[in-house]
Amino acid sequence: MSGTLAGGIAFQAMQTILAVLIAPLMLGWVNQCRAWLQNKKGPGLVQPYRVINKLFHKDAVLAHSASPLFRAAPYILFACMWLAVGIVPMLATDLPFAPAADVIALVGLFALARVFISLAAMDIGTSFGTLGARREMMIGFLAEPAMLMTLFTASLISHSTSLVTIVETLGQREFVIYPSMAFAATAFLMVLLAENARIPIDNPSTHLELTMIHEAMILEYSARHLALVEWASSLKLTAYIALGIAIFAPWGIAEAGDWTGLLIALPVLLLKLGLAGAGLALIETVSAKMRIFRAPEFLATAFLLATLGMLTHFLLET
Amino acid sequence: MNLPFYAQLINLFAALLLLLAFAMLTQRRILSLINLFALQGFVLVLSTAVVAYSTQQSHLYYSALLTLALKVMLLPWILHRLTQALNVRWDVEPLINIPATMLLGIVLVIFAFNLATPISQMAGTITKSTLGIATACILLSFLMMITRRKAVSQVIGFLAMENGLFLAATSATYGMPMVVELGIALDVLVGTLVFGVFFFHIRETFESLDIHHLEKLKEH
Repeated sequence: MSGTLAGGIAFQAMQTILAVLIAPLMLGWVNQCRAWLQNKKGPGLVQPYRVINKLFHKDAVLAHSASPLFRAAPYILFACMWLAVGIVPMLATDLPFAPAADVIALVGLFALARVFISLAAMDIGTSFGTLGARREMMIGFLAEPAMLMTLFTASLISHSTSLVTIVETLGQREFVIYPSMAFAATAFLMVLLAENARIPIDNPSTHLELTMIHEAMILEYSARHLALVEWASSLKLTAYIALGIAIFAPWGIAEAGDWTGLLIALPVLLLKLGLAGAGLALIETVSAKMRIFRAPEFLATAFLLATLGMLTHFLLET
Repeated sequence: MNLPFYAQLINLFAALLLLLAFAMLTQRRILSLINLFALQGFVLVLSTAVVAYSTQQSHLYYSALLTLALKVMLLPWILHRLTQALNVRWDVEPLINIPATMLLGIVLVIFAFNLATPISQMAGTITKSTLGIATACILLSFLMMITRRKAVSQVIGFLAMENGLFLAATSATYGMPMVVELGIALDVLVGTLVFGVFFFHIRETFESLDIHHLEKLKEH
């Protein structure tokens, strides 16, 4: 028992550290693909690392009106995202952390991070920060139910809200087509775009525009705080993509205590992440940012598609 | 739970049809609406072909080919030409706003699923569970016809309704007799052509394709 537990902890540590290290690479890959698709040269895959490194070596500047909350928020944000990537099974299903939180807690974790970054954005009292925080909360409260419904569709199939059980049910038995998952996947993609501040909801490469959401909230941050916020947002993107892979394409993941399976699981995971990143870049290139007042419509569509997925499950799969 | 593979495939295509019906309900741009309609036709062709292959009903292949020629190629082409000639790009704001339309759509889907469940439980066909989806597609297209104002989107709703009817026929009885199918195909084609002529007349009379103006018709 202690052997498997030690193995599990080793798996857990490996996955968590790996996720933190490759998260900026993931962001770099998406940006690079986007540059290629737009016939540009692109800054290179390691640019996010360079940015984070540069920011860590600078002196932080804080506003006079900043409260301790403003300073603590980046650390809380980073910790939330780090925990999130620790819960999502990426390499193996044998994760000792996983029983601590199921999909509902995972959504709660993202919500916690959102609340703190929004509070921090309002803390300074600039109008841009408040504007960004309000928009973020609007998108968040619409995206969360859609996200939950998507995850519930997967839970209905595997009869559990635990991510490990969902992945084990979907990935490690004979191949069955679930039509309800087509709806859930569409809804999940829409939520992913909205939650990670990607086009059509928000433009991640914008600065100082009236339309920005995520960038408006973090305008006041500098140096190590900004580095952590940037790193956390790349972690969030990785966590969401990993969650998508875990639910909709879990094939190739290593089983509990299977060290040789890991040799296959790692390249397969990297391949899937690479494909997902390229797909994300493609979506961002072919679509235009929508008006902020269209965002509720976009997310309502995601919510209703997820609901439809559950209904389809009852009609076709029971 | 574990259905045969072809039944799973048919269910998947049916689910995609429902997804596309919803996408059409939310779409404002008429060009995208036509493309979605063509895509819906294509998924319908695939699903019909799978049903034909798995049940050895060779006449369904002809239906599939007919659908491919008519609903994937010819009708979208005619509609594209029409929208170009009439210069309509966007539908005006629908009568009910889009989130409310989608909520209504969900209610319709639940209604259709409940309606179809007792029937499909008695049926023995491989496609029995898709009857609910077919009914839902018909009702959703109907909803689209009701809520849209532009004549072009209403016609697309009408054609999408025919897609739903076709799916219902395939799922309930493995398709209609060939004569009936040919008749419907011809009806749809002629209907679209006649609508095309009507569009021009409506626009000439009211200088707009908004059928709201038709309410003001009076005998002089």
